[in-house]
This record gives sequence, structure tokens and C-alpha cells, in this order.
Amino acid sequence: MLTFTIRRLLLAIPTLLFISLVIFLLLELAPGDPMAQVPLTVPPEVKERMREALGLGEPVHVRFWKWLVQFFWVEPLHLIDNLFGTALAEGQQRVISWQSRSPVMDIVAQRIPQTLWVVGVAYIVAILIAIPIGVYSAYRQYSWFDQAGTFITMVGFSVPPFFSGVLVIVIFSVNLGWFPSIYDTTHEVNDWDSFVVQLKQMIMPVMVLALQITSQISRFMRASMLDNLGQDYVRTARAKGMTERVVVLLHVLRNSMIPVVTVIALGIPAIFGGAIITEQVFKVNGIGQLLITAIQANDLPMVQTLTFIFAVLIVLFNLIADVLYGILDPRIRYD
Amino acid sequence: MKLKTTLLGAAAAVALAPLAAQAERGEDGHLNIIYWQAPSIMNPYLSGGTKDLEAASLVIEPLARYDEAGNLVPWLATEVPTTENGGVSEDLTSITWHLKEGLQWSDGTPVTSEDVKFTWEYCTAEGGGCAQSEKYNDVESVETPDEHTVVVNFSVPKPFPYGPFVGAQAPIIQKAQFQDCLGPKAPECTDANFAPVGTGPFTVTEFRPNDVISLEANEHYRDPDKPAFATVTFKGGGDATAAGRAVLETGEFDYAWNLQLAPDVLEQMASAGQGQVVSSFGTLVERIMINLTDPSPDLPEGERATKEHPHPFLTDIAVRQAMSMAIDRELLTEIGYGEAGRPTCNVLPAPEIYASTANDACLIQDIEGAKALLDEAGWVDSDGDGIREKDGVELSVLYQTSTNAVRQDFQALIKQWWEEIGIETELRNIDASVFFGGDPGSPDTFQKFYADVEMYANNFDGTDPEAYMANWSCDEAPSPENQWQGNNMPRYCDPAYDALVAEMAQTGDIKKRAELAKAMNDMLMQNYIMLPLVDRGRVSAHANSLGGVILNTWDSELWNAADWYRKDM
Amino acid sequence: MTDRDDVPVEPANNPAGAGAAPALDPATEYRPPRNQWWDVWDQFKTHKGALVGAAVFILIVVAVFLGPYLWTIDPTYIDIRAKNQGPSLAHPLGTDQLGRDTLSRMLSGGRVSIAVGLTAMLLSIGIGTLIGVIAGYFRRLDGPLMRLTDLFLALPILPLLLVAVLLFRDMLSAAFGPEGGVFVLIVSLIGITSWMQTARIVRGDVLALKEREFVLAGRSIGTPSRRMITRHILPNVLSPIMVSATLGIATAIITESALSFLGFGFPPDFPTWGRLLFDSVDRMQLYPERVIWPGLAISLTVLSVNYIGDGLRDALDPRIRGR
Repeated sequence: MLTFTIRRLLLAIPTLLFISLVIFLLLELAPGDPMAQVPLTVPPEVKERMREALGLGEPVHVRFWKWLVQFFWVEPLHLIDNLFGTALAEGQQRVISWQSRSPVMDIVAQRIPQTLWVVGVAYIVAILIAIPIGVYSAYRQYSWFDQAGTFITMVGFSVPPFFSGVLVIVIFSVNLGWFPSIYDTTHEVNDWDSFVVQLKQMIMPVMVLALQITSQISRFMRASMLDNLGQDYVRTARAKGMTERVVVLLHVLRNSMIPVVTVIALGIPAIFGGAIITEQVFKVNGIGQLLITAIQANDLPMVQTLTFIFAVLIVLFNLIADVLYGILDPRIRYD
Repeated sequence: MKLKTTLLGAAAAVALAPLAAQAERGEDGHLNIIYWQAPSIMNPYLSGGTKDLEAASLVIEPLARYDEAGNLVPWLATEVPTTENGGVSEDLTSITWHLKEGLQWSDGTPVTSEDVKFTWEYCTAEGGGCAQSEKYNDVESVETPDEHTVVVNFSVPKPFPYGPFVGAQAPIIQKAQFQDCLGPKAPECTDANFAPVGTGPFTVTEFRPNDVISLEANEHYRDPDKPAFATVTFKGGGDATAAGRAVLETGEFDYAWNLQLAPDVLEQMASAGQGQVVSSFGTLVERIMINLTDPSPDLPEGERATKEHPHPFLTDIAVRQAMSMAIDRELLTEIGYGEAGRPTCNVLPAPEIYASTANDACLIQDIEGAKALLDEAGWVDSDGDGIREKDGVELSVLYQTSTNAVRQDFQALIKQWWEEIGIETELRNIDASVFFGGDPGSPDTFQKFYADVEMYANNFDGTDPEAYMANWSCDEAPSPENQWQGNNMPRYCDPAYDALVAEMAQTGDIKKRAELAKAMNDMLMQNYIMLPLVDRGRVSAHANSLGGVILNTWDSELWNAADWYRKDM
Repeated sequence: MTDRDDVPVEPANNPAGAGAAPALDPATEYRPPRNQWWDVWDQFKTHKGALVGAAVFILIVVAVFLGPYLWTIDPTYIDIRAKNQGPSLAHPLGTDQLGRDTLSRMLSGGRVSIAVGLTAMLLSIGIGTLIGVIAGYFRRLDGPLMRLTDLFLALPILPLLLVAVLLFRDMLSAAFGPEGGVFVLIVSLIGITSWMQTARIVRGDVLALKEREFVLAGRSIGTPSRRMITRHILPNVLSPIMVSATLGIATAIITESALSFLGFGFPPDFPTWGRLLFDSVDRMQLYPERVIWPGLAISLTVLSVNYIGDGLRDALDPRIRGR
């Protein structure tokens, strides 16, 4: 397993370089203009000069090389500078956003707290709810609990967040006045009261997001459990006189986790990627909002950097999932 | 006991009353503003975006700006220079501004004429890509005879010399802060771009790009009693509906910008009683542009929608006029904008002196008249499919616009009217970031205009229409030669029009200029090159407890934020 | 002991031909020979949820495909004097802000939504299953195919759509007509951008399955890979595929509306359920019924497909069948 992991990690480097090139070319090919949001009153010659100032006049391969150097060399140096107070990256150009003309990584760092608070918490809540629901629904297939669970999760999944988000705002902010409809990203948690405020402002986005994620994971959990509950080894285990708890929670659950691990591993990079619509509806302004505004403004360095970080996480978590398969089912071997 | 409390309360109220009248800086606490487009930078010279200009207008200010009626008012200058008061030279080539006495930057240092001169240098520096360089066109030099006097010299006579240092687009920045940020170095000065030192009522304490700005009262602001608010939160993001809801329904925010929502939605929000909707008119006109060139996909790339291939039927003025007659502008306004719109027949609807009345007949829908006109011109439905044709050419148009709920409603309505008079209409909507982006590689931009008609809104900065009207001269037509840049979307080309444009550039007399502008407007309208639909007002909303808001469409909406205060409710 | 009781039976089927051969189950020898799909149907019939789901689904499909012939109001016809009306005889579901009839919009919108939802889902499930099974079963192909999956997962969707529209819209419009072209474009875009999860899940399951005894047994008697996959592997990964399919329909219907909204899809006056829902959200408080109808239609479709999927899965599982 160790050699497999090391080999895969090494293989990840060319893969990621290739992915970054594909992303770069894709963004290059996509129609769009960083000047799209500049008012029509600004004359075209001025826009052309602004484009040149952004470096758009240079050929594609030069810009790709520049981005590679900035991302893989200057940014790490800058991080070291920040941590140890050195001055290695002094005077070197970092990856600069076209919209704000400031370093992309600074903005990303600024956005991570609210993304983790909302999207991350929603994911944890969803996993904690979904797995028991999935297990129990399968164990008591076609019981009223299973039926109700099916109904709620399927409706929850069919209702898009642009609707459910506004619905909870209308109910809980406008009519009841319990929770704020606009997330305050500058809020700091330092005591119990401020924690309560934080809780209040995150409860609605977390609710909306968790509903979607729960629906998905619990369906896969249930299906996989059903597959395994009918297997011979379950009969054998029961025949040996093991308690139901041990049979279901130890044997069946472990064997049913493979698809669920896959779904969760695919979902964790998505936490970082943020939740575009939910963030928009609740004004959370996390990474999802950053990405979508960058795409709309054609802020190529920002989009490129964000999608690349995203790609790194995808490759990493898919590797983790592959390793976990081997742990869950020791018969799986890759070598 | 109870009586005593009441009495004490009354006494306290009497004692406090004079104080309340005499405002003090920072006494009204906190102000919450929401813009559904989040500002990404506080330096208007590096971003032309309206959201960025308006956010910056809380902090940095110009020498003079426009008030709510479109008049120039002195801001950092003592008065607006004119030829009458001697501020503008007789030959119209120089203008002299005098700074107010005792002005200070928010760091306590004095504002001098050097800062004004530096602002010009900053925007015109090579390689900086200044978004407002148009404002400094033809400026030859800026002189600083003394600390408070600035003389701007133009290389040509400027009938309208109020470009440099006027309006929200051209505020004064501090030399000390930006002097190392000239040209290509501009983006490296992140701190300065995010928190410029200014003369305005507020200064930035924290700037989070595309998210939120925290500001506090500027302690060196020139009026010691203002601003009334000690701190400001300027939140960005979301959409117009959510912003309106936060002010009008939940009362979480005090001011929401640009609520472009259907009138019934706004009305329902306002009925919650937390705040009110304010609107004001400027020069923004929603219009349909008619393509005079052939956008057919069968033509080779590079010739499509260029003047080499005239349009098969839109070059016939009868068709264009019939399309205009079929539209019920009153109804469009009522459905899409309500109080915040006025039906218009002019592409130049304001200011008052420039507004023509010669075309008002278009306000009344005339379907029968349109049909008769088409019949007369020989466009008849001979094969009974409901679409008129002549010489084998069918009247079938592709109608494109950007994605926006109101625009899609307009499209649906206009499609129905055009089909009623026998013009087949196909609709297409395009994401705004593509449609308004000038990417020459994209077929869907409004400049390339690979459609027969397209709809969008446009206006001009300030009150002078010269540059705006010059948009429809021959050489402004987008084509492959100029990388599809230019604002003459219809590819209209008439030497007589170009002559008027040239004449206006030479004319200084305001009455004469107005006549020229009107003549140009009438020429465009009577040729039906574009069909103006609605003169769109700006709609914003503020909480009932927020006083002092005067909506201004000629300048930043936050132009008088120093005068805003909290009402006693 | 094998994991599947029916494994030894299957080779017996094969000499007689493909799936049409009668199943000779030793336990039911004295019954007249019958197609194994009858057994599946028998089992399916006993699943109440599946029957109700199938009935609802057929009802919806019939309604949206035949409805417009019975309820003949043009969904794009604007009667501005009749705007914002509640339910009445002339307009059973009321009218929208331009006076268009909601019932006819729901019916013709459903036609597109269901067609897009089903085809896009089938495409995405098809690609996902194919790649997942191949990657899981053939070790040599695992690496390249999974790196391809990583690549597709990492691509930013919106720029990808822009590029695809730029490259293919005119070509497809020329080949399939304006609406057919958009349909093909949307369906393939949704399919191509949503198969990765299915592929990863299927591959994970296959990796575990191929180490199981029955696969070993099958291989030891020389079953070729193709038959191993179709006969032994695929039936065992059916449940996660069914779940992906159900979730995929909901995602496809909503994604279609997002694409059209952004201008990559159908013209703006072309109603679909997702779009009707999106357009009504602003007026949710004024006219709640306008969000309820499309929301209900989407949910009902997804729920009914889910129950059909449940029933099918049970019916196709020989361990449950006949119990």
C-alpha cells in the first residue's frame, strides 16, 4: 500500500501539470473579456490599454509559464517569508487578480474561514445525519421511517437551493425575524454571545446545503447496505450468534462503505470549492462566490488558481479514497 | 414613582432636543449599505466598474461634481470655473481651479495642488491602463502656480472643459501615497488601492475584495460636524432581490443600490413598511439596435455583419419604422419598470436642453399602421404562413439581449407584436459577461452583433452628450479591422451625421450645442436606426430611519453620504 | 459456497442463445419454460411503491406529451390583460406576469424537462458505468481512466460550457435544426460534465467485487471478460447505479434551466420546469402557487423514478426474487 501511495503521489505531479495546462487552454479559448464589467461609457481604446496593462498582450505560452513560476515558485517563497520573516520573494511578482489587482492567495486565505464555517459544517452535519438514516432505512426497508426518509431526501434533492434558500429566508428572516438574511463575514467569534450570533447566521445556509448533501449520501448508504444485508456472510454471522448490532454496524456497515467513501471523497474538495448558489443566496461570500464572480469578470489568474487548487484537492482525495478502499476491504490490491 | 419617571423623561427630552438638532460627528452610530455587486478595488483609475466608483466616492473626491439635477457644484474647489468668472480662458484651452482653504487628507496632511497634478500624472502614466484616461484626453499640461491653484492646459479648444478632476470617475488621490505606483507598478500597491487616503467623509479600516468594506468617519473631514455616522459597513454580493429584501423587508440594511426589479416585486417588498424606494432619472435608455449589415451565418467569418454585406431587409426603412410602430412603449414601461421608467422616443432623453420632442409620435402603438406601411412597401404574406416576404426574402429576425428577467419579458412581448405584423422573431439571451465583453473571439458579443436586432441600455457620463452622440459616426462601426471595438452597433454611416459630429466638437456655445445634439438625435430616430424603448431611472431603497438621501444619477449615488443621518423614529 | 445462487445456472442458458432463452431453473422444472424477464416482472409487480411510481411517471409522461394536444393554448401567447390571474376555468393554473397560461407552460415545459432529464441521465450513467467498470476490472486501464476522471472533475464547468457552445452550437443547429441542435448540445453537455461520480463509485464497487469468490470461480472456468462484466459484475453494481440515475434526473432538470438561463440553452421564451421555477422565485410571496407547480412536478418525477428504480433493483436481484 505504501509503495502504491508513493507511486501515485509521484504520478500526481505530471497529472496536475497536465490538468493545469488544460484548464489554462480552456480559459484561453472560452469567450470572455476582463473588461466586460467596465461601463459602456469607457471608450474602446481605453479598454484596449487596460487589457495590455493586465498582460493580455503577451502570447499564451509566456503567460502560462509566468503563471507556473508565480504559483509554484513565488507563492511558496512568499509563504516561507510570512512564516519565518525572511525576504526570499522580495520584489517578485505574485499571482495577481485582475479584478482587485491584489495577490490571489491573500483573497483565498481571506475567504477560507467563512467557507469552512458554512460549507464545511454543512458537510459534517450532512454526513452525521446521512449515515444513520441510510443504515436504518436499509435495515428496516419499507418501514415508515424508510418511506418518510425516501420522501424527504428525494424532495430535498429535487428542490434546487435557489428556491429552498429563498424559501427559508422568507420564512425565517422576513416573516419570523429569527435569523439574519445576510451573512456577516466580518463577525468574530470570541465569546458565547458572539458564538450564538455566528450560529444564528449560519443556520440557514447550513440547513439548505446539508439537505442536499444528506439526500445524496443517505441514498447511496441505503442502497449499499441493502446489497450487503442479503449476502451470505451476514447469514453466517447471525448463525454464529452475533448480536444484530455487531452484524449490522461492524460487518455490513464496513462492507457497505465503499460507495459512500467515494461520494464523500468527491465531496470534500467541493467544500473548498464552496457552494456557489447557496453562498450567493445568503451572501456568505466564500470561495464559491469568489470563483463565480471571477468567472463572470473573466479574472483569469483567479479562476486558474482556484480551479488548480481544486484540482490538487480532487487528485489528493481520490487517492485517499483509493487507500481507504484497501483498508475497508483488504482483498482490494492495486499492485 | 411612575409620574416621576415620566417627568424625568420629559425633562431629558427637552434637554436633549437642542443637541439632536446640532449634529455631531459620529453620533448616529453605524450605517449599513448593501451593493449586490461587490466592489473589488477602491481605486477608480484601475477599474471602470460602477460598483468600485461608488464605493470609492465615500473616500476620495473630485474638485467638482454633479448634483441631483445634473448641475456642476464645487466640491474640493471653491467655485466652478467658467468663461464668465474668468476660470476658463477665452480660447477654451485652459481652466483654472482653486482648492478650498484648509483641506486635509485623512492622515492629517494638507491637500495641495501637487496632489491634483499628480492625479493627472498617475492616470496618464504609460503602461498603467488607467480606466479613466478618457477624462484626461487632450490635457497638455497641469500647472501649479501655488499650493491652491491648478491650471489645466488643453492642446485643443475644449468647449466642455469639465473632464479632468470632475465627477466620481476622476477623484483626487494623494501623491504621497501613490507616487511609487505609477504605470506598470500600479497593481503592486495593493494597500493603497484598497485603502486610499482621501478627503471624503469616511476612511477604510478594512477592505475585503468582492465582499465587504468597513469604514469609519474621517476625523480630518472638512466639516467638523459631519459625517453623522461613526462607522459604515459596505456589504457586497448576492442579487438585487436579496438586497431589496434586506432593506425593505427585514430592515437589516439601511441602503440598497440599484434595485432593478419588476415593479410588482418592489411594491410588495415596500409594503412591509421598513423602508422606501427612491428613483431618479438620468440618461440611461433601453433601446433596440437594428443591424444594417447581414449577420447570416452563411457568410464567411470576417465578412459576417460587416458593411460589405448590407442587410437583406432591415436596410428598408419601412420595415424598421413598422417595427417601431408595433411596440407599445407605455406597456413595456409599466411591466418592466413602473415608476422608475418613462417611455421614450429619443436616444438622448436628458438633460432637458438636449431632449427633442420631434419624435413623440412613437409613444402610441399602431399595429394597423405598421401593417399598412409594410403592405405599401411591398412586404406581403403571399404564401399564407403568417410571415411577410418580398422577392423571396422573408421577414424573419433573430433578437438577442443579455440575460435579465425584465429584458426577457420585453423580448416576449415585442416578439408577439412583431409576429402580429408578420415579422417572424426568434429570441436569444446571452450571459451579460459574454454579451458585454469585447472578446473578439466570441460570436455572442453585442459589438459583433451576429443577430438582426439586439437590446441593451446605455448612457453617458455627466451631462455633456458630445462623446455619446459621436458613437454613431461611420468610423465607430465595429469591424474585424478594429477588432470589433466601437459603439456604432447598427453600422450606421451617413456623411451628413459625421459632419454634425465634427461641428459639435468645434462649437462652444451651449445653445448651439443643444441644437446640434437634438438634430443628431432626430436624424437617428427618424431613420429608425435604433428604437429607444424606455428612459430608465435609477431605483434604490433606503430604510425609513435613514435621512438625507438624495438620489443622484449624474454622479455617485453616495455623493452626499456626509449629510446622511439617523432619523429619530 | 458462492455469493450468487444463480451463477451455475447461467452457463446453461447460453447454448440456447442470448437473453431470449428460457431459464431452466432446476427448482421450477415442472413449470412451463418462460423468459426470465417474466420473473423480473412478477417481482416488480409485488413492489407497491414501484407500481405507484411507474403509474405516476407514466401519467406525467402521457400528460406532457399528449397534454398540449388537448390543452391547446399557446404557451408563449401573451394576453397582457389577463396577467397575474389566479386559477379559473379559462386558466386552471392561473397566468404569469405577462398573462401566459401556466397550465400550457407546465405541459410544454415538462416535455422538454423530462426529455432532457431522461436522456442526459442515461448518457451520464452510460459513460460513468462504462468507464467505472472498465477501470475497475482491467488494472492496466485503471490509471489512465481515473486520471481522465480527475481531469474532468477539475475542469471549471462554466468556461467549459462557453467553449462548447462556441465550438458546437452552429454546427449542431445546422445538423439538427435550431431546437434539435440545442437539445443535443444541452444533453451532451450535461452528460459529459456529470458522469464522473458514477464512474468513481462503480469503479470502487468493481474493485471489491472482482476479488470475490464467484468472480474467481467464473474466471477459473474460462468465462471471457465481456461476459464476466455483463453477467456477473454489472448486476452487482446495479444499486449505486440506480441511485445515481435517480439523482441524475433531478440534477439534469435543474442544470438545463441554469444553462438556458445563462443563455447556453433554449430561447428565453421556451418554458421548462426549471426555468418556470427560477422565474417565479422573485414573486414567491405574491404568487406562491407559481413556485409550487414546477417544484411539485420536478419532485414528483424524481420520486416516481426513484421508486421505479427501487422496484427494478429488487426485481433484478435473484436473492430477493421469488422470496
